[in-house]
Amino acid sequence: MHPAPSVILFSTLSGLGFGFLAFLGWGALAPSGWAAFFLWGLGYGLAVAGLMASTFHLGNPKNALKAFTQWRTSWLSREAWASVATLMILAPMALSDWLGLGLPRIIGQVGGALALVTVLTTAMIYTQIKAVPRWHQPLTPVMFLSFAVAGGASLSGQVWAPVALLVVGVVLVALWRVGDQAFAKAGQTLGTATGLDRLGTPTVFEPAHTAQNYLLREMIHVVGRKHAQKLRLIALVLAAGLPALILILPLGWPGIALAGVLHLAGALAARWLFFAEAEPVVGLFYGMRG
Amino acid sequence: MTALPQATAKKLGLVIDLDTCVGCQACVTACKGWNDQGQGLSDQDAYGANPSGTFLNRVHSYQVAVPDAPAQIVTFPRSCLHCENAPCVTVCPTGASYKRAEDGIVLVNPDSCIGCGLCAWACPYGARELDADQGVMKKCTLCVDRIENEHLPEEDREPACVRTCPTNARHFGDFADPESKVSRLVAERGGYDLMPDMGTKPTNKYLAPRKKGPGEASPLAPLLDIKAKGIAGWLDKMLGKI
Repeated sequence: MHPAPSVILFSTLSGLGFGFLAFLGWGALAPSGWAAFFLWGLGYGLAVAGLMASTFHLGNPKNALKAFTQWRTSWLSREAWASVATLMILAPMALSDWLGLGLPRIIGQVGGALALVTVLTTAMIYTQIKAVPRWHQPLTPVMFLSFAVAGGASLSGQVWAPVALLVVGVVLVALWRVGDQAFAKAGQTLGTATGLDRLGTPTVFEPAHTAQNYLLREMIHVVGRKHAQKLRLIALVLAAGLPALILILPLGWPGIALAGVLHLAGALAARWLFFAEAEPVVGLFYGMRG
Repeated sequence: MTALPQATAKKLGLVIDLDTCVGCQACVTACKGWNDQGQGLSDQDAYGANPSGTFLNRVHSYQVAVPDAPAQIVTFPRSCLHCENAPCVTVCPTGASYKRAEDGIVLVNPDSCIGCGLCAWACPYGARELDADQGVMKKCTLCVDRIENEHLPEEDREPACVRTCPTNARHFGDFADPESKVSRLVAERGGYDLMPDMGTKPTNKYLAPRKKGPGEASPLAPLLDIKAKGIAGWLDKMLGKI
C-alpha cells in the first residue's frame, strides 16, 4: 500500500490526540486555568490536525459531509460520527476545566470513553479489509488502542505510562510476527486469483499494461520495504523504549514533552510501515505481492 | 445505502472463456471507447513519455506450467465481478457505492463519491480505479447505458466488451435464470469463481482453458541427428581423437 503522508499523519496525530483527550476527560490530570486551556488545546489540536490531514487523502473532498450517512455499514462513516461526537461532548468539559465552571466529571468520562471508541473505529477501517491479510487480524485494533492509551498516559504524566509504552512495544512485535505470516495464511496465490491453479502453475508472462496505473501506484507499492527491519527497530526504540526510559527519570514536564515528541516520531515510523508493508491480494494479478 | 441487498431478482454478469480468449485487447478498447462518454475515463500524458489512464477492464497474460503437457499461455481479462457479497460496497462511507437490488449490478454514483479509495483497497480483484482528473472512483457498469437502451438495435444491448469480442470469449446474461446462456455455460464447462476464499461470491464466472494433449515429437527431429560421412566423417573422427 502506498504510505501516503495524509493517512499516516491522520492516524498517528488523531490517535495521540484522542488518547490524550480521553485522559483529560476522565480527569486524570485535572488542570485548571490557562494550564487547562493549553493542555485541552493540545489534545484538540492533535485530534483536529489529524482529521484535517485525512481530508488531503480524498480525491473529491467537496462531498466530505456525505461521509456521515453510511454509519450502519461503513467503519469510515462511524469514525466520522465518533470523532465529531467526542469533540462536541468534551467541549463543555474543556471549558469547565479552563474557566472553573464546575460541570460534573461524568461528561468528561463519557467523552473520554467515546475518544477511545473513535480510535477503535479508525482501527476498524483497516482491520475490516480482508483483501489486506496483514491488517485483517485482531492485533490491528489492539495496536491502535495501545498507542492511544500509552500516548495519552505519557502526555498526562501517569506513573504507569512507562509500562503502557512497553506494552506498545510488545504489541508492535506481536503485530509484525503475526503480520509476516498473514499473507501465506490467507492462502491466496496467482493460481487462486486466476483460477489457473486447476491447470498448472501460472506465472506472469507479460504485464497487462506497459505504463503505470492507479492499482500499481496506490496498492502495489513495494518501494522502501528493504529497510523494513531497520525501521522496525527505530519504531520500537522511539515509540516505546526511549520515552519509557525518559519518563522513569525525574525530569518534570520537559521530560514529558521530550518523551511525547520521541513517541510521536516512533509512532510515525510504525505507521509508515503499517501502510508500506500492507500487501493487498490484488498484487497477485501483477505477479507482485502488493 | 451501502447495505447490500438481501437478494437480487436478477444476477447480471459475464462469463469469460479463457479457452477462446486470444488476448487481442479489443474488449479493453471497446470498454474505454464506450465509457469515455459523458464524464468519461481520463488519461494523463496519453501521448507523452509517461502515459497513464483509467480503465475498467485489463487483459493480463500468464504462462502456465502444466504437468505432463506443454506450457500454455493464457490471456486473462480482469474487470469487476459484480460480487453478491461486495466488500467495496459496505466500506463506502458516503453511499456512492451500491449494488442494485433489481439486477445485482455494482455501481458508483460519482456525485456522492469523495474519492477516499477505501473501496479499491477492499476489492481483492483490482476492479476499481480512481480517476486522477475527476478524483472519483470508476468501475465497470456492465454497460447499464447499453443493456437497457431501447434506442439501440437489440443485438447491441449487451456490454461493449461482449459485443466486440471477436472470438466470443465473453458472454453476458442472467445467472439467476438457470436456463440462460451464461448459466448453461457455467454448468457445462465448470465455470468458477476467482479467489472464492475471499468470501465475495462473485457473479462473473471464468471458464478454464481446455487441457492440451501431450506434446508430439517434431517431424524434423530425425534430421537433427546428423552423421558426417566421407572426408567430413574422417575429419570428425580424427579431430575427436586429438
